[in-house]
Amino acid sequence: MSKKYLLRFYVSGDGPNSLRARENLREILEEHLNGSHTIEEIDVLSDPRRALADRILVTPTLLKLKPGPELRIVGNLSERDLVLNALGLRGKA
Amino acid sequence: MAKSSRPPTLLEKVPTDIPGLDEILHGGLPHGKTTLLLGGPGSGKTVLALQTLANGASQRNEPGIFVAFEESPADIIRHAASFGWNLAALQKRNLFFLDARLGPDSVKAGSFDLTGLLAIVAEKAREMKADRVVFDGIDVLLTLLDDPAAERRELFRLQRWLKDNRLTGILTAKIVEESTAGTYGANLQFMADCVIMLKHFLQNRISLRNLWVMKYRGSGFYENEAPISIERRGLEVSAGLRIEQAVPVTKRRISTGVARLDAMLDGGYFRGASILITGSPGTSKSTLAAAFAAAACKRGERVVYVSFDESAAELVRNFSSVNIQLAPHVRSGRLLVHSVMADSCSAKQHYSSIRDVLDQHRPSCLVIDPLSALIKGGGDAIAQIFGERLMHLGKARGVTMVNTSLLHTADQQEEATSMQISTIADTWIHLSYVVQGGERNRALTIVKSRGMAHSNQVRELILSNQGLTLADAYTAGGEVLMGTLRWQREQAEAAQEVSARDGVEAKRREIELETERMAYQLKLLERSIVVKKAELQQHLRGEHHRQDQRSARATTLGHKRRSDAIRKKGTK
Repeated sequence: MSKKYLLRFYVSGDGPNSLRARENLREILEEHLNGSHTIEEIDVLSDPRRALADRILVTPTLLKLKPGPELRIVGNLSERDLVLNALGLRGKA
Repeated sequence: MAKSSRPPTLLEKVPTDIPGLDEILHGGLPHGKTTLLLGGPGSGKTVLALQTLANGASQRNEPGIFVAFEESPADIIRHAASFGWNLAALQKRNLFFLDARLGPDSVKAGSFDLTGLLAIVAEKAREMKADRVVFDGIDVLLTLLDDPAAERRELFRLQRWLKDNRLTGILTAKIVEESTAGTYGANLQFMADCVIMLKHFLQNRISLRNLWVMKYRGSGFYENEAPISIERRGLEVSAGLRIEQAVPVTKRRISTGVARLDAMLDGGYFRGASILITGSPGTSKSTLAAAFAAAACKRGERVVYVSFDESAAELVRNFSSVNIQLAPHVRSGRLLVHSVMADSCSAKQHYSSIRDVLDQHRPSCLVIDPLSALIKGGGDAIAQIFGERLMHLGKARGVTMVNTSLLHTADQQEEATSMQISTIADTWIHLSYVVQGGERNRALTIVKSRGMAHSNQVRELILSNQGLTLADAYTAGGEVLMGTLRWQREQAEAAQEVSARDGVEAKRREIELETERMAYQLKLLERSIVVKKAELQQHLRGEHHRQDQRSARATTLGHKRRSDAIRKKGTK
């Protein structure tokens, strides 16, 4: 794990999808990244301008800023295989 | 803002300021609620939505936000550039485009909701004090949800969000067919307060568009399909609900261009009336219409001649052969020949282009030759709507309008009902062929002419290089005579006339002679009277003299006899 992950995570308050996504993401990060990442969580309800800047349409949305290419993963991240695939973590654990 | 000055009503409306649409919607879209625009690709959903937004921003100072799910804002702005809504300037002040395409860099992993998007738009709306929001291509987003329950949930979230933020929402969603609108279609239609269906289809190769308000909670609306079209300045609806305020009707007359026809109509057409000239091909409908146009130009009036399928040059040449000279009027600019291909566009577009020409040229007289060409622009029903609408337009502008209409069969009644504009026309002239004695002649009948005495007689229409005129048609044994037969009858009558004239002359001479003789006799008698009078005078003078002498003798005798009668006379 030479490359560091830079993630930005948009949620909306404590909505059911956001709660679920937070939980799913926590598990994935623990299991697969083991601390080699930086993550910023933004609540669109309290900071809509940030969301506008990133064109966040649906919540939750996870932005993978590094490593490139940039990618957005929308939804509550419950489809774990898709998330791992998208983050390039498939079969690494 | 306009909002506060509006009187309180049960349902506050947001005017779209799209021509004709607010009439259909009884004022506009429901304020603070959801309007859904449904339609196939290219049906005009995005145009309608964006136009409503642009109109609000430019005309009512009601800022708007356009959320684009399907097309990029740059594309949308570019497509709308030709309408002249000045989106670039509006974007600087009170119009905002949000690119809400998910894009190929998106991976969907689990269920999601619109909270993020709504938070963004709400923030932007607060900042701009926006009133109107368009979600263009909401179907793209709903398809992504891929779950009927989630769709319903998010749509209700959207609806509540609009209400909470006092925003008027316009959602567009494409459907391929009405019946197979998919789950989102059903959900959307159930959720929305106002649902408008847009259709785009072909009829006889002509592109036609319709708009149909399917539902409108808490408001009345025009329930029928209304034709729409996308014009230079954007979308237009024509429901035929309201006739433009007509100019006052007048009793003034305007020449038909044919002196004898003027006489038949007791002075000519009414100014501002709509006239219909029907007839089979070749019966000189156009010539009669052109005579009217030429006469108007000669009086110095401005005229528009709408010619379907014939160029201005052809028109001018053809009419000059019957001494109707249009070329000088075209040169002077009084006469505008608007020449179009009948099947080049829909009846609605023809209507719009004719209206634009009227706006530009401002004529007092209009010829549409033939009005029935509109049928090529999408069929009978459509042609009838726009035929009527053109006549109403003419009325509204106070334009005297002569329309020709082609009748294909001999039965004029049947054909007249197939294009019922004849009921709207104030004056209806029918031209037909009468085949008789091996000739084909043109007959003119005034079928009706509202509000004026007019001749019921059939006349023969005669074209020559001298121009257009009418001839009396002779009836003989219940048959109308024309052409050679009429000529023969005319000759016969002329001959009779001559012989009758000879008789009168002889009689006159006879009477004159008689009178002369009597006058001579009178003179003789007068002379006799003079002679007799003289004789009488002479006689009277002789008698007088005799009496004087006798009287003198009597006096002398009285003196001699001292008559007291004399004395008495003397003392008194």
